[in-house]
Amino acid sequence: MDELRFTLNGQPIAEAEAPPNTTLLNYLRQRRGLTGTKEGCAEGDCGACTVAVLDPDAAGGPAWRAVNSCLLLLPMLQGKQVVTVEALGSSGEPHPAQASMAKHLGSQCGYCTPGIVMSIFEACYRRDLDAPWKLDDQLCGNLCRCTGYRPIREAAEAVAGSCPVDRFQGEAAEATPVDMALAYARGGQRHMNPTTPEALWALLEAHPEARLVAGGTDLSLEITKQFKTLPLLISVEGVAGLRGVTAVEGGWRLGATTPLADIEAALGEAIPTLGRMLRFFGARQIKNRGTLGGNLCTASPIGDMPPALISLRAEAILGSRQGERRVPLEDFFVAYRKTALAPGEILSGVFVPELAGLNLRAAAYKVSKRQELDISTVSAGLAVELDDAGRVVDARLAFGGMAATPKRAASAEAALLGQPWTREAVEAAAQRLDADFAPLSDHRGSAWYRATVARNLLLGFYLETERTPRPHLPYRPTATVQIPTP
Amino acid sequence: MMTRAPHVEGAPRSPLHLPALHESAWLHASGEAVYVDDLPTPPGTLVGYVVASPVARGRITRLEVAAARALPGVACVLTAADIPGINDISPFSHDEPLLAVDEVFCVGQSVAVIFADSAARCREAAKAVVLEIEALPAILTLDEAIARQSWIGQPHTMRRGDVAAAFAASPVQIEGEVRTGGQDHFYLESHCALAYPQEAGSYLVLSSTQHPSEVQAKCAEVLGIDRHRVTVETRRMGGGFGGKETQGAYFAAMAALGARATRKPCKIWLNRDQDMTQTGKRHPFMSRYRAGFAADGELRSFEVDIYADGGWSADLTTAILDRALFHLDNAYFIPNLRFTGRACRTHLVSNTAFRGFGGPQGMAVIEEAMNTAAERLGMDYAAIRARNYYGESPRDRTPYDQEVKAAHNRLRRITDQLLRDADYDARKADIDAFNAQSPLVKRGLGFQPVKFGISFTNSVLNQAGAFVLIYADGSVQLNHGGTEMGQGLNTKMLAICAHELGVRLDQIRHMPTATDKVPNTSATAASSGSDLNGMAVLAACQTLRERLAPVAAGLLKVEPGAALTFCDGQVFPEGEPARAVSFAQVATAAYLQQISLAATGFYRTPDIGYDHAAGRGKPFHYYAYGAALTEVEVNALTGEHRVTRVDILHDVGDSLVPTIDVGQVEGGYIQGLGWLTREELVWSPQGVLRTHSPDTYKIPAYGDAPRDFRVQLLQGAPQPDVVHGSKAVGEPPFMLALGVLAALRHAIGAWCPGQPVRLGVPATPEAVLRAVEDARARG
Repeated sequence: MDELRFTLNGQPIAEAEAPPNTTLLNYLRQRRGLTGTKEGCAEGDCGACTVAVLDPDAAGGPAWRAVNSCLLLLPMLQGKQVVTVEALGSSGEPHPAQASMAKHLGSQCGYCTPGIVMSIFEACYRRDLDAPWKLDDQLCGNLCRCTGYRPIREAAEAVAGSCPVDRFQGEAAEATPVDMALAYARGGQRHMNPTTPEALWALLEAHPEARLVAGGTDLSLEITKQFKTLPLLISVEGVAGLRGVTAVEGGWRLGATTPLADIEAALGEAIPTLGRMLRFFGARQIKNRGTLGGNLCTASPIGDMPPALISLRAEAILGSRQGERRVPLEDFFVAYRKTALAPGEILSGVFVPELAGLNLRAAAYKVSKRQELDISTVSAGLAVELDDAGRVVDARLAFGGMAATPKRAASAEAALLGQPWTREAVEAAAQRLDADFAPLSDHRGSAWYRATVARNLLLGFYLETERTPRPHLPYRPTATVQIPTP
Repeated sequence: MMTRAPHVEGAPRSPLHLPALHESAWLHASGEAVYVDDLPTPPGTLVGYVVASPVARGRITRLEVAAARALPGVACVLTAADIPGINDISPFSHDEPLLAVDEVFCVGQSVAVIFADSAARCREAAKAVVLEIEALPAILTLDEAIARQSWIGQPHTMRRGDVAAAFAASPVQIEGEVRTGGQDHFYLESHCALAYPQEAGSYLVLSSTQHPSEVQAKCAEVLGIDRHRVTVETRRMGGGFGGKETQGAYFAAMAALGARATRKPCKIWLNRDQDMTQTGKRHPFMSRYRAGFAADGELRSFEVDIYADGGWSADLTTAILDRALFHLDNAYFIPNLRFTGRACRTHLVSNTAFRGFGGPQGMAVIEEAMNTAAERLGMDYAAIRARNYYGESPRDRTPYDQEVKAAHNRLRRITDQLLRDADYDARKADIDAFNAQSPLVKRGLGFQPVKFGISFTNSVLNQAGAFVLIYADGSVQLNHGGTEMGQGLNTKMLAICAHELGVRLDQIRHMPTATDKVPNTSATAASSGSDLNGMAVLAACQTLRERLAPVAAGLLKVEPGAALTFCDGQVFPEGEPARAVSFAQVATAAYLQQISLAATGFYRTPDIGYDHAAGRGKPFHYYAYGAALTEVEVNALTGEHRVTRVDILHDVGDSLVPTIDVGQVEGGYIQGLGWLTREELVWSPQGVLRTHSPDTYKIPAYGDAPRDFRVQLLQGAPQPDVVHGSKAVGEPPFMLALGVLAALRHAIGAWCPGQPVRLGVPATPEAVLRAVEDARARG
């Protein structure tokens, strides 16, 4: 069996003792004595554990990317380079990200600070921070309970995009493609990183009981929160051909292992529905690791991408040794956390059709208790196509948080078809949502709230798309739905 | 009045009253700052795990730990029977066993503690503990506790005038109920303690605590030894906010118990879910009130019954209830009043100190009355408040009869300046015009004044000590009884020490807080850390300077008693810096002259006291003041809302370190905003906390802080009789966030002009949507 091989703070590591379920955070703190990286929640919701991994960015070039070390299993680092706060600099010779935090009084108790430094570290080297929301997005995965964030914002703004010419920039520039291939077993746990489809099919056939993982931002919670042992994981993130967004006939193919941040970078502008949903999807650290395929295959009723993609007529591309088949994405979700994947089959990607030529109104909505880094109470991907007379010829109203699966509102859609796209027709259709959904009450919101918001989102969608058929979100929107104001 | 001479460029200067970075800023940013769980531990160090009650109330019918004890890697499993001393961890009420005996009173109550060589082994052992509990009926809401008269302590009442007659005669009569929710502290560093067994039955305990002396006392009591055998040390906390005032004692005492049982270092660190389910939170409160207002908005009578949910044990609940009562007036004179407070015992976690300590919950009641009255009268939210401010005699007496000294009441000055600087009138007119045109999006402006009493209301706690050591090379070690939790206390103490001794900051090393340096300290709490400890540091340094002055005079060849300046590491005859000798030379000379270079300092707040039975006295040394103007936007379709701009003018007296104080103001405001708009603790019908991690419990995030956030400190306002004219700052700004409720109501009220807004707290999107739908239905 192999060893774990990766580079930690510039030092090559060959690790043969740590069980494969070991998180990078625990490895750093417990086995390496690198205690600058903190545990605040062990679920990717606070950012205190943030480190940076050298990984291709959306354009394919290696970049230092902030990730939650609490959710990163060591075998996922195979062949990669990781840096922690200790490697950036010291109190005597700080990195610009560290110096900026200190000088702006960005730390009070200091416990969240190393994680924030690492998020700002990524920001230092980004060349695409061309809109204010991107810096919010960069930092929103880091909670601070002391400062009220103003000094942290100023610290980040002072150095974001400064692209310091230093050894980190050099390491990124000199990075070579990573070979993630790994078969690693310790302590009764196994982790496989196949790198070719052939190897993947063979593993799936040999180990039908294996769990598949890509970014692990959801699956790792079973280890860190439920303290389960996951005896056999097959990670697909190293498999060639599954990552990236490519233009294909009639649309785009979104590889299943593409990090959500890369989808946002590639398509967020071109497809506002996707841009809107991804703006408030997790946080930068989550989007740097979390993959589209993972978000869809967990088949959560409150997953953020399904409603948006369903509304865009996306299709799931299912791959196996036998080849590929496509199913409409709404049919991919067959029951609560159950998908249409057959044994031996994986989600290879998603096809998103080009809809630019249509008379289409489309937007995505996500309502949660907190706008940033929260789970949907209600989400929606809404799209209607109108004919020349302004009548609805296609309506796709997909909701999350309203049923056991991401689900289209069949009655409301039917009520719209053939109708003129008017406020009256929309309000009538909104009433039909009560026939489509019987949402639950839980700690995120009551059934009343979910039902009311779902109806209101449909009205809001009508109002919002009156002027702009496919609107983007402004910077720091008050609400998910942008009602025109005087 | 204290004044500062203009600084001459290049001349020596003291760091006092100047901007400074946090003393640990560079350590924080580099990851070099050490918290308890970061310390390297010797091989063989054991980790602990608390076996907690899964039921809210019940009788323990079976508790067997032998099987767990026998598992590999398990060093010990301790229950109440293994406690050699007193099984009590309460701060004073003796109603809180460290480990449950016979009965359990909340989900999460500690029943046993396991020490093993890894956390995983602990979890395995926990599964092997046989714990059977016969469930008993539990009280899980405040209403149920009130109905069943499940009280903690005695009622506390304050009265003045004839409240019934005044209410009857008031043209505007308001009756209502106000509920405010709990709040998890969500310090980023969860609880942690590490206990080392030392020789001769002694222990060193490293604890993330705001109260090392209480941790020391509790460890000693639990172990059945004298306090001198326990040394507690706290370098820093990764946030406290009150959550580490009493709660840290649990885990420190358990670690000490483990160290005693195993003779090995024992550490307990709680993961986030354990921390949130096992430790106390801000008290939820429910109040019923009747308020009578005159037609011009003058508050004529105010009658309040206020109830605090203490959880299963008293902890600090009665003191928190007291502070809620002391702040039912906030900034307003009330001629006729009756306030009665009761603390309730429920079967939920035992609620505890949290920034504001009942003050926010008390103020929320009168602010609700003010908002409702403004809406009924069609008055401006700021105007009705200013109408009721404390003023000249006789409008200068609080409900508990303390004088609000008109000479020191800065609220009118603050209000005038803030409303002018923040362009209140024009912005309000703009917003009203916007709202008239915008059917589904409304905006609001909320003005919030705050007056907050400074001192521990248990007067004896208002004392502090310091211990300053000068070495013969002129370097200094600074010790005091306060703890650093991020608030910048140590930065301020360094500034005072440098100022008083006249040394450079880099000559001083700030030591960890330790009970073997300064004994019998009070918690770093009640915003009092810099007031109390600052005075003690000042006293110690003055003692040392008085000893050094004759030595320096000798070196400088001036008369003993000649005026000398100690500044910036130099000592020189006043006005003659060119003649300076270094502080190090003076220290060396003092050593050679056999002069003591270590001194203690001590301070107690003079002239305060309170008669609890009579509801009268002077519990506070002085009041802190501030005001905020909060602007919001509300969306009628989802209830989502955003704070778009905040202006704050806050009175910190003559700030010891202004940059630190601004950080406290901003952070306090945002934490208050979280309490009022986002943070919601949801419990199951069985008393299990549903929101026990940041996945479900949402504190403010980066984008929740307003982009336009303008914080000013009131200038030229030194406070008499407080260290260097400064004022306490830790808690008061938290309550400035109450203005967000007025702002939301201003916005929502645009849908129902002339009628009161009914808005629940926390004002989550759902709560706001309910209020909006209610307003639209009536409007």
